[in-house]
Amino acid sequence: MDKATTSKFLLRTRPTSEKMIDVGFKNIVVAMASMVAVVLFSIFAVVYYESTESISRYGLRFLFSSAWNPVTDEYGAFTAIYGTLFTSIASLLIAIPLGVGTAIFITENIIPEYIRNTIGIMVELLAAIPSVVLGLWAVFIMEPFIRPFLNIIYELFGFIPFFSTQPLGAGMMPAILILVVMILPIITSISKDSLKQVPSKLRQAAYGIGASRWTTIIKVIIPAAISGITGGVLLALGRAMGETMAVTMIIGNSNNFSWSIFAPSYTISSMLANQFGEADGSQVSSLMYAALILMILTLLVNVFAQWIVKKLSLKYQ
Amino acid sequence: MNYTSQKSLTYNPSLTRNIGNKSLTIISALFAIISVLPLILVISYVLIKGGSYINFDTLILEPEPPGDDLLSAGGIGPAITGTIIMGVIASIISIPIGVGGGIYLAEYSKSGKFAKFIRFGSNVLAGVPSIIAGVFIYAIIVSTKILFGSMFSGIAGGISLSILMLPTIIKTTDEALKLVPNDMRRAAFGVGASKFTMITNITLPAAFSSISTGVLLALARAAGETAPLIFTALFSRYYITSFDDLFYEMGSLSVLIYNFALEPYEAQNQLAWAASFILVIVLLTLNILSRWIGTLGAFSKNKV
Repeated sequence: MDKATTSKFLLRTRPTSEKMIDVGFKNIVVAMASMVAVVLFSIFAVVYYESTESISRYGLRFLFSSAWNPVTDEYGAFTAIYGTLFTSIASLLIAIPLGVGTAIFITENIIPEYIRNTIGIMVELLAAIPSVVLGLWAVFIMEPFIRPFLNIIYELFGFIPFFSTQPLGAGMMPAILILVVMILPIITSISKDSLKQVPSKLRQAAYGIGASRWTTIIKVIIPAAISGITGGVLLALGRAMGETMAVTMIIGNSNNFSWSIFAPSYTISSMLANQFGEADGSQVSSLMYAALILMILTLLVNVFAQWIVKKLSLKYQ
Repeated sequence: MNYTSQKSLTYNPSLTRNIGNKSLTIISALFAIISVLPLILVISYVLIKGGSYINFDTLILEPEPPGDDLLSAGGIGPAITGTIIMGVIASIISIPIGVGGGIYLAEYSKSGKFAKFIRFGSNVLAGVPSIIAGVFIYAIIVSTKILFGSMFSGIAGGISLSILMLPTIIKTTDEALKLVPNDMRRAAFGVGASKFTMITNITLPAAFSSISTGVLLALARAAGETAPLIFTALFSRYYITSFDDLFYEMGSLSVLIYNFALEPYEAQNQLAWAASFILVIVLLTLNILSRWIGTLGAFSKNKV
């Protein structure tokens, strides 16, 4: 063969420019992926660094004192920490049965599929409503509507410390209810997804040995989907703890500790939203300390959620 | 036979298990109704109450200081442009980084240690409360005046929103690329494509619709966020008139709602409702659009 024909069949070697583009592109995407780690670490580092002054001054006393006095420079976040934990856990206790119940209802073959799909989409669209709009709605519509009912509870059960103050507007109870609205879509959609992933063979086997629909759901389907449901619940807990706007607008923002769920209270995030803009000096550092506590709490919940999903998930082939 | 009359095979509604079944079904239906109720109530209040305050002036005018004029509070024009500008800034930052990070996770290191760590990290970052993003940006950009000496600025607000968008975009890009069949990658390599060409010409276009779904959802979430903006972008009643204005306080729909909802004046409260109307319409449109785009792709989740 002559030279012209062989060159046609020679293997093409990659030009250096192409190789450089390849390597360069890889380096760029590695750098971009690393940005996640960089951002995450710097958030922690910055919040920790800014709060060192308060950490060394108050130590753990900060967690158990509810003093908040910029004049005497005495700070403690007990009310806010209690408010954060109480509102998020109480809202979770209300939202779990509602969310999981809804998820079961829209995965089971009870009503026609298009109605179930519509309900599913509507619940997910609820997650698209920004929290500040829910806050607006809570302030002007929900709170005036539920106040008479809360008053009845106060008059009947006022002797119990949890109901011992008169509901006069903003307070912990409306904040809990608006949190329920905010975390319902998370619990519902994640539970729905994990219920749908349960293989139909399990259901058929249960029906085959004579189990009724709800025996199947309670004894077979839910245990098989429990990892996803638990993960969703923990994710919702993390969201509830960090939720800011709607809670700030309706919780009343008071640092006076009260057992009553009708009294105004505080959460860490609403404290930040309220005071950070005008704070200076050691107040900033104390707010940063509170922010650090909030970060650690949500981090623990999120890591635990990821761990439990891995731990509990059953593998079906 | 006596046996058949005792244990009939026909459905007997008064059996305990059938009563239990029925009541549990009714309870779960009730729960579903209760769960949908807030959406219907919030949407109808926002549409009816907010929609009734919408007119041309509301959309165009600048808001007036509370208490100046008890009858009219001006409009929400600057807040609309502010939300759009900060959304664009956040997208410019987070879309390249997020898509790039997702490409790394799905194409270069499917199950390496570093990739696992980045996936874990983006899950953790997604769980970081939005107000913390605001506090963080306040500490590193606003209080240090690092952006040419400006303190509160639209750019700082956009950056804090980009932190919230980043994990969503990384996750959806990662998942979208993983749904692209490996055969397509092998075919591309087989005809001599480099990895760069394979990613940019084959897998990214194939995953495009799923990635845009994620980007739109992230943008929708960012546009509704208030907490990261209240001490980064703050609020402004004026339109931006020049590029320099990006380095000053900037208004946004969500902060306008927050500020004006807590004012004791009726006119300001009405403006908050009008702003919620616009915000909710935009966010619902973005959400529905992203769902629709998600169904278009060849390898979208909804089809597989």
